[in-house]
Amino acid sequence: MILDRVDIDAREFTAGTGWEIKPEGACMGDVCVPLQRADDFDLRSTAERLRMALVHDAEERLWALGPASLGNRALASAEAPDLSLPDFDDNEFRLSSLRGQKVVLVSWAPY
Amino acid sequence: MEVVTVCLELTGWSVARPFVEAASPAHPTLIDQTHQMDALFGVVNIPNVVWIDEHGTIVRPAEPGWPPRVQLPEWLEAMNASDDEDAPAGLEALSGGQDRRAYPGAIRDWAARGAESRFALAPSEVMARSQKRPIEVSRAAAEFELANHLWRHGRREAAIAHFNECHRLQPDNWTYKRQAWSLIGREQVDGDFGLFMQGPNPGGDETWPFDTDFMTDVGKLNKGEYFPKTM
Repeated sequence: MILDRVDIDAREFTAGTGWEIKPEGACMGDVCVPLQRADDFDLRSTAERLRMALVHDAEERLWALGPASLGNRALASAEAPDLSLPDFDDNEFRLSSLRGQKVVLVSWAPY
Repeated sequence: MEVVTVCLELTGWSVARPFVEAASPAHPTLIDQTHQMDALFGVVNIPNVVWIDEHGTIVRPAEPGWPPRVQLPEWLEAMNASDDEDAPAGLEALSGGQDRRAYPGAIRDWAARGAESRFALAPSEVMARSQKRPIEVSRAAAEFELANHLWRHGRREAAIAHFNECHRLQPDNWTYKRQAWSLIGREQVDGDFGLFMQGPNPGGDETWPFDTDFMTDVGKLNKGEYFPKTM
């Protein structure tokens, strides 16, 4: 998640990371991580709780927030993240639209 | 069952379009300019495959996998030694590892047997087998996102500094490295071959802006480590 400031609110955080801020904490799928102050969102402390790296480039005046690293594994849950990406016709495609079917998700690159 | 292909390419469809048009896929074909697949699923190389069941539960995390038939240019076929014993010098790491020929059969078994397939993993096993992610790897992803953003905004030198830091933090992420190397490779050589240029031109070491390159890094691996065996 690219940021030009760190004083973002919970709504922006959710839009950029997929983690929802609820009374019980930061939640994604069936995983909820308690926050010290869920009623007063703070990016730095939330990132720390979710083990997300926050990198700053002072010259470019940008920050980048890395993904959560709970449990030292890429997946904190076996529930598939709701990937949303443009298709070949530039229409947004949501992985969750295929719920009810088995999906083989293949990554490739032209290099 | 549905197949979804995701192209990891930060410059967008312009570079990938000819490959997709040649294949004319009937399945959803997506473009991932920010390498969300790395951050969300732990993809670290291509081709990588994730299996997801009807309930949206991952039953195999990101792993090397191939379709039954792979059509490659002759020059790439020669480099891509697959399971052959006689991989070109310096590229032994590309041979062995995941069994390319058996992989499609495993998918067919899961398609037919679902959760009863011996290849379908329990959720705890899926999480345990997903890529390791210490905080340094989260930092590598953030560095990659900065590099990606800066490159797409014409901030070349700043982007390269962040690519180098990303590669240092997560040296086993080949999509982060190959993406970056390819950006310079395609500046050096036109056409498809330029996309696959993953290092300096002969005699061009001084102009290569990265701390690493493909041949050097692959040369440090043992046989089978480039596409590790997971089944």
